[in-house]
Amino acid sequence: MSTANIDRRVQHSHHFDSMEQEHEAGKQGVWIFMATELMMFGALFMGYAIYRAKYADAWVEGGSLLDWRLGLFNTLVLLFSSFTMAQAVTNAMKGDNKKAFVNVMVTTACAGIFMIVKYFEYSGKIHHGLFPGLGLWNPEAVQVPETKLFLTLYFVMTGLHGIHILIGIGLMFWLMKRLRHEEFSKDYYTSVEGVGLYWHIVDIIWIYLFPLMYLI
Amino acid sequence: MSGHIVPFKTNLKTFIALVILTVITALTAHYVDLGWFNLPLAMIIASAKAIVVALWFMHLKYDTVVNRSIILSTLAFLGLLVAFSAIDIFTRA
Repeated sequence: MSTANIDRRVQHSHHFDSMEQEHEAGKQGVWIFMATELMMFGALFMGYAIYRAKYADAWVEGGSLLDWRLGLFNTLVLLFSSFTMAQAVTNAMKGDNKKAFVNVMVTTACAGIFMIVKYFEYSGKIHHGLFPGLGLWNPEAVQVPETKLFLTLYFVMTGLHGIHILIGIGLMFWLMKRLRHEEFSKDYYTSVEGVGLYWHIVDIIWIYLFPLMYLI
Repeated sequence: MSGHIVPFKTNLKTFIALVILTVITALTAHYVDLGWFNLPLAMIIASAKAIVVALWFMHLKYDTVVNRSIILSTLAFLGLLVAFSAIDIFTRA
């Protein structure tokens, strides 16, 4: 029963007919997972839209509390990381474990930079009494009371997104370990592609979060 | 295996397109006052970026019909969520 000892670079698991079939099945699973991710964030975006329509003043004040230059910087960092991730998949599909390793490493570094910027943004907010919870909220820090609602959505949505970045960093360390051991080949790169898809979805979520939170 | 390998040049072009769209959205939101249209414009640009990422970085352009259907049906269900929630919220007396 065990398929643990097969060389995945050239062999498929016994319950699949071919390497291609195993790869397609794995990738399809990742796509369904991505669908659930979009559903989860979609519900939050829906909540954002409704409260924005109801409390437009709070959204104007809330947006002004965020530094859009930091948001823009982080957007560019994430876009570049998506580019290096796409390159890592290209390298892996060609069977080049070494180049893929370098690209995954750069992607991980970008993810780290993103989280460092996020740390400074969060700690600034907490310092100014703008964290809505844990006794850290200062009601006098805002003009419109409902700005608290904006900041709640800001922390929940960017926080959930940040957790995805951290999980992504963990996945990329796992990829780097396997790439260093040359575990992938031009016929087997499912894990690299799967983490890539995950990383791009995290990027797409940020593509919407950036204008909605920081810009408008 | 028969997977479509996207060349470096295509990935680079995709990245440059995304950066240009990002700069456009940041500039229009901050220095061009279009009134009510600022929000739809930002969403149109964000969606354009999302589509670019999905088609080229996520290889949906070259992927199977099944995987494309998964994402399209997800978007359809999200549309239902938005539509029915909006009907509810904005028609309350």
